[in-house]
Amino acid sequence: MTTSTEPLSSVHMPKRRDSFIELNGRERALVFCDLDSWRELLGPFDRLESPWLLPQNVTPQADDGCIVIKGKIDGVSTVVVSMEPAFQGGSLGEVSGAKICAALDLACRDNENGIQTNAVLLLETGGVRLTEANLGLAAVAEIISSLLSLRQLAPIVCLTAGTVGCFGGMSLVAALSSYMVMTVEGRLGLNGPEVIEQEHGVEEFDSKDRALIWAIDGGEQRYATGLADALVQDDVGEIRQAVRGLLKAGVPSVYRSAQVDLYRKRIAALDTAQQFNPEDLRKTWHRENTK
Amino acid sequence: MSTDSNLSTRGRLWFEALAGQSGKSSDARDPDSVLVADAPLGGAQARFLCVVPDAQARFPRAREGEVGLEEAYALATHVREVIDSHKSGDRRPIIAIVDVKSQAYGRREETAAIHLAAAVAADAYASARMLGHPVIALVVGQALSGAFLTHGYQANRILAFDDPGVIIHAMHKEAAARVTRRTVAELDKLAETIVPLSYDIKDYAKLGILYDLLKVTDADKPQPADLELVKARISAAVDDARRGPKDLSCRWLSAAAATTRQATLKTREAMFSQWSQSN
Repeated sequence: MTTSTEPLSSVHMPKRRDSFIELNGRERALVFCDLDSWRELLGPFDRLESPWLLPQNVTPQADDGCIVIKGKIDGVSTVVVSMEPAFQGGSLGEVSGAKICAALDLACRDNENGIQTNAVLLLETGGVRLTEANLGLAAVAEIISSLLSLRQLAPIVCLTAGTVGCFGGMSLVAALSSYMVMTVEGRLGLNGPEVIEQEHGVEEFDSKDRALIWAIDGGEQRYATGLADALVQDDVGEIRQAVRGLLKAGVPSVYRSAQVDLYRKRIAALDTAQQFNPEDLRKTWHRENTK
Repeated sequence: MSTDSNLSTRGRLWFEALAGQSGKSSDARDPDSVLVADAPLGGAQARFLCVVPDAQARFPRAREGEVGLEEAYALATHVREVIDSHKSGDRRPIIAIVDVKSQAYGRREETAAIHLAAAVAADAYASARMLGHPVIALVVGQALSGAFLTHGYQANRILAFDDPGVIIHAMHKEAAARVTRRTVAELDKLAETIVPLSYDIKDYAKLGILYDLLKVTDADKPQPADLELVKARISAAVDDARRGPKDLSCRWLSAAAATTRQATLKTREAMFSQWSQSN
């Protein structure tokens, strides 16, 4: 029942959501920082773009599809890195890779010098940019190393909102972060469905079966099985709140990526004679049994 | 489907030759696809690790030398053992012998979060390196994509054989051509001028990531003389790693990177300069 004092709009209008997914990479990065606290580093006017694309008749982009914002979140210095899903599928090239690695190294240096600096990584990426192949893969290895150094000193929150998801080498980066946030639309996995189908056929993985893809890689499943730390709606306010909350929680005492024995036990218990039912996995890998 | 005879034997051959033993693990949880042994190297006791094909593997998509869930977790276990057993004196070296055609591409693997398994192994190797264990990768065959990220790419120093069978790359050639909508011939042509696209180990060496490129008589048949050479060069890499920083900066600060990775260096320099100017 509603009373007459309530405004009409809240009675009759459905609650409007402020979609995060509909934002581009730069707009996404800008929703997190305190008002007037930020600036973009190596923005498009610096024209640091990939040297490898033009010779392959691919148009480069002046920020190489990677936006770096340095600002404050709740008064604490934070670097926000956003991969632009609309440029080359959010793929990681030499320049975007070097941007991320350098930003993590500098955040690490600031923490070592007593300036608390946190990191937020917005990962919408299919992984390594195949037109820069080996330099993309090398960048992933370098980012992993820098992230593991920073992780000891400051929280790193990763977010995969969709619709690209987080695949390939960058899925390791997500798994190594201090906290992983996903939306229902977000996906997280090492090998994309198309690649698996291409390697082993449609029986192994039907890349057109969206229900199957989300049942395995989707945010709800990854959260229910303890592989993500927060599940949020596609709403700017809700996402911002979740990220801020995790940054405030600080450096975690236990990491998923150090739980070798727990996951070995879980893998050993699986019946590999058949495909695994993602629903069953939610019971055996229940998030409350993870850390 | 390849038959057993098509599966690479290089990893096992060089592991057995360098470690002087079969590498069968005494940990009952381990798959037969992970070889582990402790053996002397240049006066110290080093841990050797390798992933090899196992036709009987529990996971059907990890039977041809792919790095799957069990392989990744077993590697992490044996790397962390070295870290945990450290008492005093020098941190023991860890030698990853690399011949991995790919990560395991399968629905089972995705469902059971192979991205985490790969991250767990990378974390273990990187943690060992950052604590001061010299971590050396010796690439004797293929080192592809997620498989290399899992096993070898966190090493302080990477060594590879100068041999046509040695390939370090983000994706195997046929798949890369398909994804970038090119023919294999077009990809080969482009790779002649665009170094990071090349499948030739000599071109990979131009990126500056490799510490040493080793010429052996026969990469498929370890000879006594080659064995001495390889051991000496791994030992040199161990010593060099002990003297250098524990991060991966040697890769972009190398002489070759100054030419090939100018964009990396320019980006880092600009980021360092703009970062300091900001609040």
